[in-house]
Amino acid sequence: MSEPVKLIGCFGSPVVHRAELALRLKGVPYELITEDLNNKSELLLKHNPVHQKVPVLLHGDRPAICESLVIVEYVDEAFDGPPLMPADPLARAAVRFWASFMDKECRESMWMALWTDGEEQAGAISAAKANLTLIEGQLPDGKMFFGGDTIGFLDIAVSGIAHWMEIFEEIAGVRLLTEEEHPTLYRWAREYTANQTVRQCLPDRGRLLAALAPSRDIFVSIAKTMSAHK
Amino acid sequence: MLSCSPTSTHHPHSTSSQHSHPQTQTDRHPSNAPTMASEKSSSDLTLLDFWVSPFGQRVRIALAEKSLPYEYVEEDLLAGKSERLLQSNPVHKKIPVLLHGGKPVNESLIIVQYLDEAFPDTPSLLPSDPYARAQARFWADYVDKKVYDCGSRLWKLKGEPQAQARAEMLEILKTLETELGDKEFFGGEHGFGFVDAAFAPFTPWFMSYEKYGEFKVAEVAPKIAAWAERVGKRESVAKSLYSPDKVYDFIGVLKKMYGIE
Repeated sequence: MSEPVKLIGCFGSPVVHRAELALRLKGVPYELITEDLNNKSELLLKHNPVHQKVPVLLHGDRPAICESLVIVEYVDEAFDGPPLMPADPLARAAVRFWASFMDKECRESMWMALWTDGEEQAGAISAAKANLTLIEGQLPDGKMFFGGDTIGFLDIAVSGIAHWMEIFEEIAGVRLLTEEEHPTLYRWAREYTANQTVRQCLPDRGRLLAALAPSRDIFVSIAKTMSAHK
Repeated sequence: MLSCSPTSTHHPHSTSSQHSHPQTQTDRHPSNAPTMASEKSSSDLTLLDFWVSPFGQRVRIALAEKSLPYEYVEEDLLAGKSERLLQSNPVHKKIPVLLHGGKPVNESLIIVQYLDEAFPDTPSLLPSDPYARAQARFWADYVDKKVYDCGSRLWKLKGEPQAQARAEMLEILKTLETELGDKEFFGGEHGFGFVDAAFAPFTPWFMSYEKYGEFKVAEVAPKIAAWAERVGKRESVAKSLYSPDKVYDFIGVLKKMYGIE
């Protein structure tokens, strides 16, 4: 089990963070290869020809594993260490459902809420907040994390809300996650980003803000495209 | 998902009926109903579904592979969504929904994994090796992200956007062809597996994609075409899918509803 593990990633990506955190929580040493997504390397294109995206996990000689949540489940299953997924089949189905919800409806609504304007934005903000409420509802009573006392699969899947959301909010000048409206989720976000293992692979806030802020216009145009395709 | 139902002449099920064999689906004699679906609730499973939904069919295939009895409930999506559906899947309000002991599980691929995990003594669709599982999840996710959406654009759109959809569909089929390679099933050593179950329901849609896209799957992706024929003969698949003609007619109904010519 001491085959080398490499993770192809890039600075600041919330999905790369998912893969890194999974590896760290399981105590798996890995080499991080950082890509410049404006200039994708041969390595990335060779190992993820289908999507050409990060993260990509290389475990020994095996062909690559792609898609962040697929990687997280793989890491959970292939390595020893505390389980990231719950044991009960219904609970497992539930966390997979909410992770999928995060990646589809939640992410889309948040994007539209941040980067559209006028009436469309007002509607999107409502929808985004309603989605945050749904996610918040998955936190077990009296527990710090979606995984209970420790970080689990769903914490990892929605980690974008804990760290990236606030940076995007600052760039957009829009608040979505507030202590008043989502007290439990807000508290979770603080616990998550304060966690020692999380901090080891969380991009520095200032650096992330500096990297993302210049792309505001691109974010707006992406939102326009998404709007047109509805 | 699909937000309407077929016209009354095509409507194959009444609500809460037994699931009838697709080849005789206009001929709803109980003797045609597979025994599995008529043994109500001995595994305490109910499936809320819609006859032509490829997503629902994935679950039907999985249940058949596992010989799990269940109650099939047809949601007449044109008449509006039932209370039961809205309560079982309040977030998406979509079929399929699996109810196990009354508890809902949503999203077709999540349901299939759930069935593997909740019924570990039945034949599994995912392999046991973590690496093979990861690859199966990746490819099932690929089918999920790409096929239905692109296919819909193929029959909904015209002109340049349709040409784009056509190009994408060819790309998707070729990518899947490469992944299948010379294997009998996507599941490889495991045999008929997760990706096979995920993609098989789209095989009756090939004829419609071919008509709208003006191409032949057998020419673009001959291994996929051969695989489609192979899986079509598999019992779990044969009894869960409807004919390409029925799918084509259904698309016609959808187009009318959307006011597309």
